[in-house]
Amino acid sequence: MKNAIVDRIAVAQRERQPLVLVTRLADGAQCLIDAASTEGELSLSAEQAAEAGSLLITGRSAKLGGADGLFARSYIPAPRLLIVGAVHIAQALSQIAAAAGFEVIVIDPRGAFASPERFPGVRLSDEWPDEALARLGLDAATALVALSHDPKLDDPALELALPSKVFYIGALGSRRTHEKRLERLRAAGLAELVGRIHSPIGLDLGGRSPAEIAVSILAELIQVRYRGERGATGAVAST
Amino acid sequence: MTTDNDSLFETLRQWKAAGKSAALATVVSTWGSSPRPEGSHLVVDAEGHFVGSVSGGCIEGAVIDAASQVMASGKPQMLEFGVSDEQAWEVGLACGGRVQVFVEPVE
Repeated sequence: MKNAIVDRIAVAQRERQPLVLVTRLADGAQCLIDAASTEGELSLSAEQAAEAGSLLITGRSAKLGGADGLFARSYIPAPRLLIVGAVHIAQALSQIAAAAGFEVIVIDPRGAFASPERFPGVRLSDEWPDEALARLGLDAATALVALSHDPKLDDPALELALPSKVFYIGALGSRRTHEKRLERLRAAGLAELVGRIHSPIGLDLGGRSPAEIAVSILAELIQVRYRGERGATGAVAST
Repeated sequence: MTTDNDSLFETLRQWKAAGKSAALATVVSTWGSSPRPEGSHLVVDAEGHFVGSVSGGCIEGAVIDAASQVMASGKPQMLEFGVSDEQAWEVGLACGGRVQVFVEPVE
């Protein structure tokens, strides 16, 4: 592998751009495929390029068909977790979600909450959630979790997330809190989408401490990511 | 989806920027109950420091040995480990799976 290819992959991962690397196993010759182009010393047939290109979307890695001994490795963006509300549960969730491979961003305009002392090593945004989400973008590799308990913060985030492609939406709150939230979101014209919100949030593991609830939320995120909404068991955690 | 190897290329970049030799190992085929999927990476430097994984820990030692040969020769190698393979028993891939690992120099 040439240094230039290492650099390209590192940059693409930082910028959340999908890439596929194709390697000829006989001699190590390689090319890189992105949404726009193919570059590198290895040239592919149209069929091979199409097959490799399809991996940009699925994120799978596999040998390509045909007898040429080509291996295609896809690099797709890490799943991203946007947490609204720099609360106690967010402190635990940001750490364990990062360990599970999520790129985590905690959003809270209240500086006393979103401080580097409370969130060492975590990427923080002190913007209002609607501004932060508009800037960060809500793609199909992103999950949104609203934990602030404050409608001024949670509602604008949910209003943006509901019509978006995010793969998971969860909101913390008691059943009563959630019922009121649903009323507000229905009044905002989102009646058909409110069913997307996981609330009570997280798999029902029975835990009550902030760290235990964070585990429930992360477990549900992983389940929905791999099994989809229909494969989720649907569950009850605490407020 | 494989997203757990994402910081490896940043590590490789830093090693190369510091003037170190490095090799990249990649799982390219698996059969049976091998612990890490196709595309899993392990990066190794000339001192044997490594990041990532190509198995549950059973073949890493052998892959790191091969990586140092690859760094010296500048030529890639294909390694195969499995229960039918004497050497695989020696290195301990006892999980019943077979894996093929491609090791290439980074230069």
